[in-house]
Amino acid sequence: MPLIEARELSRVYNLDSGRVTALDRVSLAIEAGDLVAVMGPSGSGKSTFMNLIGCLDRPTGGHYRLDGVAVETLSSDGLAELRNRKLGFVFQQFNLLPRVDACANVELPMVYAGIDGRTRKARALAALDRVGLADRAHHRPMQLSGGQQQRVAIARALVNQPRLLLADEPTGALDSRTALEILGLFQDLNREGVTVVIVTHDAEVARHARRVIRFRDGHLLSDERQEAADARTALAALERSPSTTEAAA
Amino acid sequence: MSLIEAIRSALSAIGANALRSALTMLGIIIGVAAVIAMVAIGSGARERVTAQIKSLGANLAIIQSGNVTQGGVRLGAGASSTLTDEDARAIIREVDDVVAAAPILVTRAQAVFAGTNWSTQITATDLDFFTAREWDIAEGRLFEPEELRRGEIVAVIGQTVAKNLFGEVNPLDQQFRIRNVPFKVIGVMAGKGQSALGQDQDDVIFVPLDTGRRRIVGRNYARDASVQTVMVKFANEQAIDPGIEQTRALLRQRHRLAEEQDDDFIIRNLTEIANTATAAANTLSWLLAAVAAVSLLVGGIGIMNIMLVSVTERTREIGLRLAVGARQRDVLAQFLIEATTLATIGGAVGIALGIAAALTIANFAGWPSVVSIETILIAVGVSGMIGVFFGFYPARQAARLDPIEALRRE
Repeated sequence: MPLIEARELSRVYNLDSGRVTALDRVSLAIEAGDLVAVMGPSGSGKSTFMNLIGCLDRPTGGHYRLDGVAVETLSSDGLAELRNRKLGFVFQQFNLLPRVDACANVELPMVYAGIDGRTRKARALAALDRVGLADRAHHRPMQLSGGQQQRVAIARALVNQPRLLLADEPTGALDSRTALEILGLFQDLNREGVTVVIVTHDAEVARHARRVIRFRDGHLLSDERQEAADARTALAALERSPSTTEAAA
Repeated sequence: MSLIEAIRSALSAIGANALRSALTMLGIIIGVAAVIAMVAIGSGARERVTAQIKSLGANLAIIQSGNVTQGGVRLGAGASSTLTDEDARAIIREVDDVVAAAPILVTRAQAVFAGTNWSTQITATDLDFFTAREWDIAEGRLFEPEELRRGEIVAVIGQTVAKNLFGEVNPLDQQFRIRNVPFKVIGVMAGKGQSALGQDQDDVIFVPLDTGRRRIVGRNYARDASVQTVMVKFANEQAIDPGIEQTRALLRQRHRLAEEQDDDFIIRNLTEIANTATAAANTLSWLLAAVAAVSLLVGGIGIMNIMLVSVTERTREIGLRLAVGARQRDVLAQFLIEATTLATIGGAVGIALGIAAALTIANFAGWPSVVSIETILIAVGVSGMIGVFFGFYPARQAARLDPIEALRRE
């Protein structure tokens, strides 16, 4: 059974200017353990697709199963629970709470899972350790660099051991070197068994995935497997010639 | 999320905008302080009214002889002389729950002692009067039953008379004259102060009823056993109304009034007058409380306003919380708790300020300040409820946000 199974998935918006079909009968399956890039220009339907598979939105047509659960039948509380248990989100703008430290930010999904404070703290610190930020646990987002903030966000996404890590333009606000670090982290996590879907318009990012799905005008344009570029190798190359940083982007 | 964590998180959100939060709380602070101060002032005023009324004596009714019509001229209350001390004795005997019934004759006369003289009120009555008025003797003694029966020429004087007529001299056993009749002072009453109407109740000389009737008042009243007034004291407040009805029936029977004839006496319930005054004081308290409540309302609207701003500012945070698994009711609870915390802190500061204000004002006005535990509990409860009530709309706005829209918002 695939982790994500979309059949004839559609999303129609009723706007003042008329009906807009953002996603038109898309059928797609993603297996557990894959590393997928979803690409397409703005308006192509890739964001709508991400919102649907991320259980942030409900389809207006078709069926969607996440890990065997029929999502279109769930209430909004049911969707919230599904997001909490099975999904981890990483956003372009990190979306960390500015008033609390990294550890408390990572604890947030566990708060809504009803996990007690001591367990939360231990698991949050473990997740921060996993993304290489054990020593920054008690820094506030303002005291961290962009790359570090995105690592905190990834730790937060991982902390409830989700079935799927969903990243929306995760490197969009980062310089190319930091972007490579973050992509390297995704690849490491994927090697450890985490299913990762990265939504991006950036071909350089998509190069690091093993499968690339392209959208255009609400339709599936292409779906290809490829040899993923290794972010760690590119980083190592950068170390050797720092002046080529820009070129690598 | 546990409640304590939720409150801690609310406090951190409030602290993040300390000045704005403080200004928002100011509305609640002023409102709660106003409620507490106003209620305290209202109750203080009410207590003073009650104390004044109490000095008159509780559960009293006054019977006056009624009006008489002579050749079409109505002479007004007290013109007839139908009421007698026999009536007073009959009332004690036959009406239920009567503690005392004092026949009273009142006149004004000049009292003379040595070189000084003093015009004062002469009250001729019996011992029931002092029971009815709950009035104690300060020095000496009250009349003996024997002195009352024989109409001896003795007097008990009020504090004001003692001071003005006798000055430095101890009045006990001194002789003074009223209308050339030499009276012996046997007692001095305790001070009673001003009446609710501002009369000096201590400017009085008491003499036995018969003595007063024959030697001072004279004329009409001396011919028979009539009196101007009978003061009746009942055992408790519930006994007053039925007691007055029984008294009315008794007096009509004793005065042989036919069915169609009007009463030849007037009965007034003093407790009713007291209740009216208390009701007026109550109305004042309510009015003050209402004014204060309006300021609480304004404070609540301030909270609602700032919570709406806060929800708008933190739209992305809300979106994120929804994305990581917060249910609508989690977000609702978060903002409700924040609003309630804001209101409750304001309430606590308001209580402190209100008590201080109440004590200060009471101090200047010179009446007891009444800050009750109930008022404080109500103020805390109300400010908490204001938080919930005025926080609900903004919190619901937050909870109903679409996570996608919220995350996209700048």
